Amino acid sequence: MAKYKMHVLVCGGTGCKASASDSIIEKFKSELTAKGLDNEVQVILTGCFGFCEKGPIVKVLPDNTFYTQVKPEDVAEIVAEHLVKGRKVNRLLYVDPKSNEHVSDSKHMGFYRKQIRIALRNCGFINPENIDEYIARDGYYAIGKVLKEYTPAQTIDIIKKSGLRGRGGGGFPTGLKWEIASKNAADQKYVVCNADEGDPGAFMDRSVLEGDPHSVLEAMAICGYCIGATKGVIYIRAEYPLAITRLKIAIDQAREYGLLGKDIMGSGFDFDITLRYGAGAFVCGEETSLIHSMEGLRGEPTNKPPFPAESGYLGKPTNVNNVETFASVPVIILKGAEWFASIGTEKSKGTKVFALAGKINNVGLIEVPMGTTLREVIFEIGGGIKNGKKFKAAQTGGPSGGCLTEKHLDTPIDFDNLIAAGSMMGSGGMIVMDEDDCMVSIAKFFLDFTVEESCGKCAPCRIGNKRLYEILERITNGEGTMEELERLRNLSLVIKDTSLCGLGQTSPNPVLSTMDNFYHEYLAHVNDKKCPAGQCKSLMQYVIEPEACVGCTACARNCPVNAITGERKKPHVIDTAICIKCGACIEKCKFNAISIK
Amino acid sequence: MAKIKSLDDLRMMKESLQSKINLREKGEDPGSHVQIKVAMATCGIASGAKTVMEFMMEELEKRGIESVITQTGCMGYCFAEPTIEVKLPGKEPVVFGYVDNKKADEIIEKYIKNGELVDGIIPMNYETIE
Ligand SMILES: Cc1cc2nc3c(=O)[nH]c(=O)nc-3n(C[C@H](O)[C@H](O)[C@H](O)COP(=O)(O)O)c2cc1C
Ligand code: SF4
Ligand code: SF4
Ligand code: FES
Ligand code: FES
Repeated sequence: MAKYKMHVLVCGGTGCKASASDSIIEKFKSELTAKGLDNEVQVILTGCFGFCEKGPIVKVLPDNTFYTQVKPEDVAEIVAEHLVKGRKVNRLLYVDPKSNEHVSDSKHMGFYRKQIRIALRNCGFINPENIDEYIARDGYYAIGKVLKEYTPAQTIDIIKKSGLRGRGGGGFPTGLKWEIASKNAADQKYVVCNADEGDPGAFMDRSVLEGDPHSVLEAMAICGYCIGATKGVIYIRAEYPLAITRLKIAIDQAREYGLLGKDIMGSGFDFDITLRYGAGAFVCGEETSLIHSMEGLRGEPTNKPPFPAESGYLGKPTNVNNVETFASVPVIILKGAEWFASIGTEKSKGTKVFALAGKINNVGLIEVPMGTTLREVIFEIGGGIKNGKKFKAAQTGGPSGGCLTEKHLDTPIDFDNLIAAGSMMGSGGMIVMDEDDCMVSIAKFFLDFTVEESCGKCAPCRIGNKRLYEILERITNGEGTMEELERLRNLSLVIKDTSLCGLGQTSPNPVLSTMDNFYHEYLAHVNDKKCPAGQCKSLMQYVIEPEACVGCTACARNCPVNAITGERKKPHVIDTAICIKCGACIEKCKFNAISIK
Repeated sequence: MAKIKSLDDLRMMKESLQSKINLREKGEDPGSHVQIKVAMATCGIASGAKTVMEFMMEELEKRGIESVITQTGCMGYCFAEPTIEVKLPGKEPVVFGYVDNKKADEIIEKYIKNGELVDGIIPMNYETIE
């Protein structure tokens, strides 16, 4: 066997693959062979490092060198300089957004320093297409141990003691959920993994499935043993082709080793897993809709009770958990409930994965202990706001959540604190907004999503959300009235109270939360017909300051609709009735005479 | 592929696979292991740094010492190549010059195992960035 002295990890997650990580791997292999190093340096495809925006990522171990935005053309240099001569290729190293310096290794990147990786422990570390690497990381040891040493009740007890709560949004205690399902007697029960991930901007579940599929398979088997189910189904959206491929490979490999199938590790316990594809409707992530969709019915929710644990898939007791929830389970068994419970806050244990997006320097996937503050997430891990702008708000919980503002910066993030702050954990999307973002438009953006995704089964959600959207649209057009502001709030409350499922019950949250925190922006739109952030096009006016205008005619010549008139060397004027607000004139004026009012 | 039929099977399999990712796991947590840097610039390679690096990797493993060996660029001691830097957990790094296999053996036995200093230490003329 070759004795490797270095490992080159090349990210093969969706983000990086899109920008040519396959050909980077090929290039490494051919360059290494050419230099006679193919027996000294091993090239490994891995899952996501969480740093997709700066992908493709290449990491060299054992010196932890973290290369970003690597192109196939860069590979020869990395091989010749770093792998042969030990000189890191500076220009490809990560640049710290604060100090503007190249960071030599990942141990010194603010992005990783505060992270604790439990659900993501193997992402960007092992080859997800090779079960041996998972086994080398203690993979399948948890299910082996459980089958040999614990009864189902004892195992459930460990999960209960760990304090693990569902990562799919609701935060329901996982151990308790398993216990309920275990107590409902039936000839057949099911374990379902919810990999629908419909929250816009969230991709943590995809990354786990792409980077470490076996951890989810192993956890589902553990759950099956606990509740007395022999069948598992992963409901995954068809838009995740890479995750589906990796899952299929993983399931095949696990079956080949006898880690799925009949009589697992001589215990007499049978468990197998199949895949079911969803069309990507947001409401299908809700567990009752998901089950209906699995049964081939329309993906519409039904009232609970009955809960899936009583009557779920095909009318049988069914335990539904989220991908990230499952991914945390094997580690809890290996390291113990006390270890897991020692991380996090009083009522929210362990870690949470967040997808950082928006106006933040380090866009990416992070996993932090529960109780980390928003300030730490945004300014330390996230590297602060882009272009030195001012932080305004962070939306958590996606279209069901709300915004956190400056006054929440030092609040420890956990399930209960987020709810108290008028938002929620959701699946872990976190969209960061700066001073240039208009909060009314943000609320409108989420409502647009909800209107699109409402299944239409119940009236408050189907009609109510549409009305909310229309009011928001009038406000951003400068046509809103004070009465409508009032109606916006009342209607929101009615929709929350009367909708059938979680989608409608939470959809007005972005409206209520922006009204609570940024009421002055609503007032500015309604009373002054102004958008303080300068985002709402209809409320903007392009004007030329007569004092600053030298009459160079540059603007007039570039206006596509001839809205600008004026004599040479005399101040020009914009006819706001003709102006289409394209912004061309502002760019052309060398004298900063044009502004948006 | 043989099936894994018991927890013991799995344990054995894990042990045989462990070496595949050992290097990565140690790299994740370098501070708690012996860290060795071998200067592998042109001058180092010419004077046999590669042989020494391979020798050390093999011997440290044989002698059961958990270590992370990396190569670096020229450390500026071209006159004394091959040079290696050894950092024991919790200690300042030390640089040794003119390291051949024999010297390497001495460094492992005396310095790495027992913390005894051996001849050939070069006074440091740079700060390591940590
Ligand atoms: C509209 C709506 C969408 C949902 N989407 C998802 C989703 O994409 N993924 C998910 O795991 N849970 C989603 N949920 C939550 C599920 O209903 C369910 O609570 C969860 O899968 C249970 O797993 P957990 O206890 O591990 O969190 C959604 C809920 C609602 C109301
Ligand atoms: S609340 Fe919306 S998504 Fe849920 S059942 Fe009613 S219409 Fe459908
Ligand atoms: S914003 Fe566009 S349309 Fe309006 S005046 Fe300037 S160039 Fe003309
Ligand atoms: S996909 Fe490569 S870092 Fe996320
Ligand atoms: S043409 Fe008036 S300022 Fe440019």
